[in-house]
Amino acid sequence: MMNEQSTESILAQSPRSQRINPLDHEKIAIEVRNLDLYYGAKQALFDINLNIADKKVTAFIGPSGCGKSTLLRCFNRMNDLVDIARIEGEMHIGGRNIYGPGVDVAELRRKVGMVFQKPNPFPKSIYENVAYGLRLQGINKRRLLDEVVEWALKGAALWDEVKDRLNDNALGLSGGQQQRLVIARSIAVQPEVLLLDEPASALDPISTLKIEELIHELKNDYTIVIVTHNMQQAARVSDYTAFMYMGDMVEFDATDKIFTNPSQKKTEDYITGRYG
Amino acid sequence: MNRKFFQGGNHWVWLNAGAVSISIIMVVGLLLLIAVRGLSHFWPAQVHQFVLTQDGEQLIVAGEIHSEEEGEQRDGSYRRQYLIKQGNRDVFGADFRWINRANIQRHHLPEDMVVLERREWGNLYGRLARLQIDGEWLESPSSTQLQQVIDRALDLHDQIKDIESDEIGAINYQLEQLRLDERRLELEGELTAEALARLEAERAGLNQEFAGYQEQLTGLYQAINRDAAEFTLVNGAQKQVQAATMVRAYQPNAMTWVDKIGFYFIKIGEFIFDDPREANTEGGVFPAIFGTVLMVILMAIVVTPLGVIAAIYLREYAKQGFMTRLIRIAVNNLAGVPSIVYGVFGLGFFVYFLGGSIDDLFYAEAKPAPTFGTPGLFWASLTLALLTLPVVIVSTEEGLSRIPKSLREGSLALGATKFETLWRTVLPMASPAMMTGLILAVARAAGEVAPLMLVGVVKLAPTLPLDFNAPFLHLDRKFMHLGFHIYDVGFQSPNVEAARPLVYATALLLVLIILLLNLAAIRIRNNLREKYKSLEQ
Repeated sequence: MMNEQSTESILAQSPRSQRINPLDHEKIAIEVRNLDLYYGAKQALFDINLNIADKKVTAFIGPSGCGKSTLLRCFNRMNDLVDIARIEGEMHIGGRNIYGPGVDVAELRRKVGMVFQKPNPFPKSIYENVAYGLRLQGINKRRLLDEVVEWALKGAALWDEVKDRLNDNALGLSGGQQQRLVIARSIAVQPEVLLLDEPASALDPISTLKIEELIHELKNDYTIVIVTHNMQQAARVSDYTAFMYMGDMVEFDATDKIFTNPSQKKTEDYITGRYG
Repeated sequence: MNRKFFQGGNHWVWLNAGAVSISIIMVVGLLLLIAVRGLSHFWPAQVHQFVLTQDGEQLIVAGEIHSEEEGEQRDGSYRRQYLIKQGNRDVFGADFRWINRANIQRHHLPEDMVVLERREWGNLYGRLARLQIDGEWLESPSSTQLQQVIDRALDLHDQIKDIESDEIGAINYQLEQLRLDERRLELEGELTAEALARLEAERAGLNQEFAGYQEQLTGLYQAINRDAAEFTLVNGAQKQVQAATMVRAYQPNAMTWVDKIGFYFIKIGEFIFDDPREANTEGGVFPAIFGTVLMVILMAIVVTPLGVIAAIYLREYAKQGFMTRLIRIAVNNLAGVPSIVYGVFGLGFFVYFLGGSIDDLFYAEAKPAPTFGTPGLFWASLTLALLTLPVVIVSTEEGLSRIPKSLREGSLALGATKFETLWRTVLPMASPAMMTGLILAVARAAGEVAPLMLVGVVKLAPTLPLDFNAPFLHLDRKFMHLGFHIYDVGFQSPNVEAARPLVYATALLLVLIILLLNLAAIRIRNNLREKYKSLEQ
């Protein structure tokens, strides 16, 4: 864990204008600059500034409705699907502002994969689910697909359970297996970033454990951003944690620091269970 | 106890169950009625012979008992009377007559009574007197000999019909095409001596072929006219019948149960697979079945893509707002427009405007005879497609709106564009809903009659819209339809009483065909549902 940064200056900052980040010696994968998001007239995110470390796990925590999922969905422009959503500010992934002009959203989403709260496999075979993203890119060669499907399913720790029934309908899998299948589906297109939106909240404890183990494995290859309700989970899987409240980024720091010695009162109140 | 009954909601349960039972009873009753009335028609009824005294005179009447009722007599009293189908319309003037039960002296079932189905004048009831075979009269022949004569005549009749409709029909079609070719060349100013000579040569060839067939036909006609039979009717009159007009002869009173069952199925086979005779009151309904099914299929081919594409645009691409709401209301209201209005629209827009324009542009050589500017199969299919469009749009839209958002997002998150998401995930999953729309459309279209009367259905179509002359499917032809056939046979035929059972039989057939079309579609839908059952989560 990287928790030996100097955070004195942050303590002095008000949450709205938090500028300096605790990632001095990390490689930065995503930079968020002055991001505001409005749903119609209502503002949902206030001036978010944040850096996400490359090949590390960053967790967003906070009470329901605080904007953590909304922020997550900004990373692959999923909010574009909401007609009334409007975004100001900048977000750089791979050195490019994804809200700038001329951005190919489909291309962006290939680079930034996403796993949702509820497992959402397509009503196709296990094989076709994993091959979906590849077929979208026009890859139809059976041998190549076979290789990638096996690789992705192994990467999602699902291969041993499904290798004998790749052609069965994916909807026949258990919830936990379905969620790992969705993860396999996402990594099959080899993204740079993986966004996980409460990936274990619909799963039983054993499946949750497997997903968490998988996240540990995956962070060797991917930058992971995870939204979770479960603070123990955030503490277990993440390297950095951001606490959000009412659309504000209240505090962002190394996970150990957030959970042992938060610099903000609100963070401490939330973590100690006073609200949320 | 009463209060408890009402508080427990038992009255509510009874009310609901009652409503359901009444609906079921009505549907089952309807089906039973048309099934019994329709199917009993094909059973060989016994021929009764009555000896009556009427106004002091003795009278012999023979025939099938068609129905009985209490009828008002001349003196105002009510007596039981029978409606007898006595046949022999050419001799007696009417197929049916009433007889009074009180007038009946004696009554028996003569075994030698022959029922002869003919191509004209309806059935003949009588006793076989003489038989003419190869021009020689044979006294007191057996019924087997009569059967042989009929079999031979039927065989010859089939040959004649084959030549007339297939070979000569094809020649006529080609001659007509040649005439049109010539006219086209003339209109284009390219009718050179060379082209004219070529056309003439082709025409001469066809005419020669025609003469050959004509000769064959003459031979066949001679052969079929050699045989005849003479029958003695119950009033003592002698009636000669040419073998060429005989269809079938049987002695119902002498038939065993096994014979009758065999006969029954032969009659049903005839009903389904044969052409109609005698202004549709006898024979089969095959052209009407064919026309109905073909029209429904064409309708489905037109309406499915159109409705699905419209629904996709409305649901997926159009900005939801006042305009889409207006369009949805309009579409829903279209479903409520009386079907005859569609018929009028079809006649005015499709037939006269579109068809007329097509004729002007592409079939100028056939004018003034219209090709597409007249009611026909294509316009009927289009009109019904328009009529059923709302159903397909509404159910497809419903299907699209039921696809979970999470699945669309799952696809988009993998880098799919909106179109790819639609094409690869949403549309396949919405396909059962599209099939539902199609099922409803088929059910509605197959039963529709009113608009068809304006845009292409006729009482008797000389040719099927599908044959062996290129381009095989003749969309401009008029066609027959079961629904219209019911109306025509039941209310427009010269012999309504005799044809009434056929109305029921045809109605039953129509219901069965719609059921069959629906079952086929439902089967396909269930397979699709099985494949995409995640929607039931």
